[in-house]
Amino acid sequence: MSDAGKKIKPLFWESGLEIEPVYGPEDVEASGGWDGIGEPGAHPFTRGIHDLMYRKRPWTMRQYSGFGTASETHERFLYLIKHGQTGLNVAFDLPTQCGLDSDDPMAEGEVGRVGMAVDSLADVEEAFRDIDLNEITVSLTINGSAVAIMAMYFAMAKKRGFALPTLRGTAQNDILKEFIGRGTWIFPVEASIRLVGDTMEFCARNAPKYSPVSVCGYHIRESGATPAQEMAYGLSIARAYLDHALERGLEADGVARGITFNFDIFGNLWEQVAKFRAGRRLWATILKETYGVKDPKAMRLRMIAGGGGGGLTIQQPENNIMRGAYYGLASALSGTQTMALCSYDEAYTIPSEHAAKLSLRTMQLMMHEIGLCDTVDPLAGSWFVETTTNRMEALIREIMERLDKEGGIVRGVAEGRVQAEVNRQAFEREKRIQSGEMKKVGVNCFCEEEEEPEIEFHPYREAEAKKQVQRLEKIRKERDDASVKKTLEAVRKAASEGQNVMPAVIDAVGAYATVGEVCGALKEVFGTYEEPIRF
Amino acid sequence: MSEEKPVRVLVAKPGLDGHDVGAKVVCRALMEAGMEVIYTGLRKSPEEIAQAALDENPDVLGLSVLSGAHVPACRRVAQALKERGVEDLLWIVGGNIPRRDEEALKALGVDGVFPNGTPLDAVADFIRREVKR
Repeated sequence: MSDAGKKIKPLFWESGLEIEPVYGPEDVEASGGWDGIGEPGAHPFTRGIHDLMYRKRPWTMRQYSGFGTASETHERFLYLIKHGQTGLNVAFDLPTQCGLDSDDPMAEGEVGRVGMAVDSLADVEEAFRDIDLNEITVSLTINGSAVAIMAMYFAMAKKRGFALPTLRGTAQNDILKEFIGRGTWIFPVEASIRLVGDTMEFCARNAPKYSPVSVCGYHIRESGATPAQEMAYGLSIARAYLDHALERGLEADGVARGITFNFDIFGNLWEQVAKFRAGRRLWATILKETYGVKDPKAMRLRMIAGGGGGGLTIQQPENNIMRGAYYGLASALSGTQTMALCSYDEAYTIPSEHAAKLSLRTMQLMMHEIGLCDTVDPLAGSWFVETTTNRMEALIREIMERLDKEGGIVRGVAEGRVQAEVNRQAFEREKRIQSGEMKKVGVNCFCEEEEEPEIEFHPYREAEAKKQVQRLEKIRKERDDASVKKTLEAVRKAASEGQNVMPAVIDAVGAYATVGEVCGALKEVFGTYEEPIRF
Repeated sequence: MSEEKPVRVLVAKPGLDGHDVGAKVVCRALMEAGMEVIYTGLRKSPEEIAQAALDENPDVLGLSVLSGAHVPACRRVAQALKERGVEDLLWIVGGNIPRRDEEALKALGVDGVFPNGTPLDAVADFIRREVKR
């Protein structure tokens, strides 16, 4: 049978771009031309943010860690450092992330479960004891309660004699994405952005080497957004923080330099590559043209791109090893600075040591055997890749402009419209998978009769949780109540009078006021977020 | 057929876990199936959930739990429902629920358990078949 004349079925990427069966130079011309490609390490950074990329320094491999009490986490940190890890990515438990102390009734059953429990400065001091903060860069995965945790980190560093002006490190501190996905918000939207602004301003003036915000498209994609929406919402969020910082009189170059990004990888390989090349170019263009940023280094989109859990399946779980390798390939071909891969068993359990090691090995063999570090941006110049990069950039820009026309991302989030749109996409995607329209191997095609793997959770360690509560009680007994009262009053005053709360919060945590007390004082002024429920 | 009042479903997220994609996707599926859905939003205590069940008077209560704390969460919700005299609800639970825990949940009064990966139609079908009205 001949295929001649047979009509080919149209093909669309998740983001909505239609893909042609064959590309040629005329497609690049028609989609915007060649001018945007540029050189690696130079504006607009389509080909990567460094001139020599992985030839000079391969991507960093960073694992997320932290659990139980500060002393257990401390042991784990020492182990990781001993085995050559040069950065730490700290996980906090949910009470800490939600600004609650370990003895809060809502914290019951959650103390130390998904990360380290922090109540007071004593916990932060214990976790980082004897660790050289100049040698090891610490990334704090904290958002809603970031002012308290960052203040504890700075207070601890100062106490240990590390000067803030040279202190490096990052905080996630992206509250807007918490409202869209992930959900560890505390205060209303406007107040939350103001607190992010307080940390940005504090760092710009006192700790200029510290990156106070890592904008996360990752969780927005995991919540249902398409790859184009992930990038568009991420860049819009970064702009919202930047706008806020500029209103305070900070200079754009310095603020832009402090913003890093965290993106997701799953799904179509080429769509990811186009997303990242387009996103880098668009961010650099926006910073230069809209914000007048002058230093090209400040225009670089620095990112961690992680192989996301959203693509993994509970069915035929070993298939996830292959998926992880392809996500890693996409990440390397996209020019990421840091890579992380979800482990093959994460769809149904806490990663086993074996699975976590396979993820690490996947990245290592990509780095050392397959040749992914051989040359910079190897896909550049491909008619297909340059056309889809151009088209993806136009699409991302279009989503951002539509969002602006509807009042911007901050209003969209406050009114629940962005959440509703992301959830609509999640629903559509689920329906497409269930109908078989979107193929998922082992789920809706090539299925096998198999015994479903059993879901496992970390056993909850009641004894460790109790220890943490006892530790908190001891701190409350031993600290100077008068200075806790006085410093918390100063936090309330700074919050209600519109001053930067960071100096007051640093004083309060220095007097061993707890995460719950600091967030409680701020709640008295700001109130708490009411979720706009919208479908 | 006479005009029937739509089935009323209260969907809730107990505890601090912020993973609400599944809960909201199920909300949409039930709405599309013609049901009336009330979603509480994140971070509700068992008492708040039981109170909402009393105030909203739904036919169905759906809890979504992904943190692994489904058994203690349901135990506390069952207690809080009892204290408020809320009865005759069809109670369903979804999320990261290992099959071995289904019996324990049913012993607490849960009528249907829908682990991750359940076809969306299965939830609506179960509700239509089992709703107590």
